[in-house]
Amino acid sequence: MLNLLLSGVTQGLIWAILALGVYLSYRILDVADLTCEGCITLGASVAAMLIWKEVNPVLGVVIAFLAGCLAGIITGILQTKLKIPPILAGILTMISLYSINIHIMSLATGASGTANLSLLNFKNGTIFAPLSDLLGLNKTMTALILGIVIVVLIIAVMYWFFGTEIGSAIRATGTNEKMCRAQGINTDTTKIIGLALSNGLIATSGALLCQYQGYSDVNMGVGSIVIGLASIIIGEAIFMKAKNFAVKLSGIIVGSVLYRVVVTFVIASGMPSTDLKLMTAVIVIVALVLTSFAGKFKKKGAKTNA
Amino acid sequence: MLELIDVKKTFNPGTINAKKALCGVDLHLNPGDFVTIIGGNGAGKSTTLNAIAGVWKIDSGKIKIDGIDVSKLPEHKRAKYLGRVFQDPMTGTAATMEIQENLAIAARRGDHRTLRWGITAKERKEYRELLAMLDLGLEDRMTSKVGLLSGGQRQALTLLMATLKQPKILLLDEHTAALDPKTAAKVLEISDMLIAENNLTAMMVTHNMRDAIAHGNRLIMMNAGKVIFDVSGEEKKKLTVDDLIQKFSQNSGDMLSDRALLS
Repeated sequence: MLNLLLSGVTQGLIWAILALGVYLSYRILDVADLTCEGCITLGASVAAMLIWKEVNPVLGVVIAFLAGCLAGIITGILQTKLKIPPILAGILTMISLYSINIHIMSLATGASGTANLSLLNFKNGTIFAPLSDLLGLNKTMTALILGIVIVVLIIAVMYWFFGTEIGSAIRATGTNEKMCRAQGINTDTTKIIGLALSNGLIATSGALLCQYQGYSDVNMGVGSIVIGLASIIIGEAIFMKAKNFAVKLSGIIVGSVLYRVVVTFVIASGMPSTDLKLMTAVIVIVALVLTSFAGKFKKKGAKTNA
Repeated sequence: MLELIDVKKTFNPGTINAKKALCGVDLHLNPGDFVTIIGGNGAGKSTTLNAIAGVWKIDSGKIKIDGIDVSKLPEHKRAKYLGRVFQDPMTGTAATMEIQENLAIAARRGDHRTLRWGITAKERKEYRELLAMLDLGLEDRMTSKVGLLSGGQRQALTLLMATLKQPKILLLDEHTAALDPKTAAKVLEISDMLIAENNLTAMMVTHNMRDAIAHGNRLIMMNAGKVIFDVSGEEKKKLTVDDLIQKFSQNSGDMLSDRALLS
């Protein structure tokens, strides 16, 4: 029971990094960026391939982050310079990444068309194994601690970044592009930077996930944006009154962990894991409908009061 | 300060919807000129302002600001020289951001944005004083989201943002049209104050002939994408609404739109 809970929390923390990336595109830039689905796999594929090539796993995560940024930049260029509608731009990058991810994983095996990579023979090649020896803890506890450290670090960096001049310009771009241009902000650039960082985070999440679960699979990203959205919506529902940006971001972490814990228990109780995506979609739909109804009730209430 | 030389623009060229919006606009503004622009719907008033701001590229002609040819610069680069206030109060500000954050973004217009903190303690103090000048109580709501403000408050804030970093030209595009008469008067009063205080060169598009006469030192009338009437100084001061209506019919051979007549 406790193991199940711990495992859920740990996975939730790793997925929370993805949720933060999705928050950046969906909430801050106000774009549903479907690059996410290919990008988490990109991060996983790059990290797995590099472990096969016996590259330091920390460096592997950093390279995965950069690969994710690159994917985001491509989506950004499609959107801004080539004027492709945002949703379509994301889909195009996502679908391209499917082929690219297979190429990346094929680099490791040398066999073309490699759709998954197992790290079974490379257990000591991940971040978690040597760290777990060092701390004298089991793998889940090690991952839990590492997850907390990484997530806190990312929130701190995001808090700082979105307070800077460039960060403020990116936030403003998501709200009002016309105003941004009138204030001398190049909205093409701010969008590309935002999408790069968003997808960098998503790929980082993929890289850590791959090292934690011990494999990378070309289909692991399917539905990941919905999982990210579910985490955001659950987090926002719990931290409804939050004004501070760092608290809002922490809410997403809580949302992601809660979601993953629930999923872990639901699967343990016997629901086939293939039904998971349906369940996630229903959670998001219900949450979206409830929040929009709540908004309506609030407005009505305000009118009656006035 | 501003030179428009034979500026032309056609929207949707080569299609059935082709519209000649600007048909050779020539205009020369001296430093300190405050020009009001009137004309019927589709006369090219807002289009002229958008051409100056670089919302799209002009087809031919030249636009110079303080001697610099900006005809080919994209909108965000021209922003360095321009302060802008729009007709829709929603357009000029970022609703989900705080009042002080909006001001901080405007204070960096034309500057290279860096990884330095987006707003400093010194700025906060300055903004408080400037907001107090507007006399709308906004100085005590600096951390409120702009989305909570009324249309008039948002326009006043946008005006302050447009002039926070002294622009070479202030472009006011029917910025009081969406406001109730009382609020509109207040926003106009703030406009006058900021223009006088900073000694700005300004252009104001309006549908209200009385406002066009009462404000600024110069008035131009546009019709069918051209400047058809241009008065300044004493001659402008003596103008009446009747003069303008007469001028309009005689120059355009056309009746004024209902909207222009009613305002």
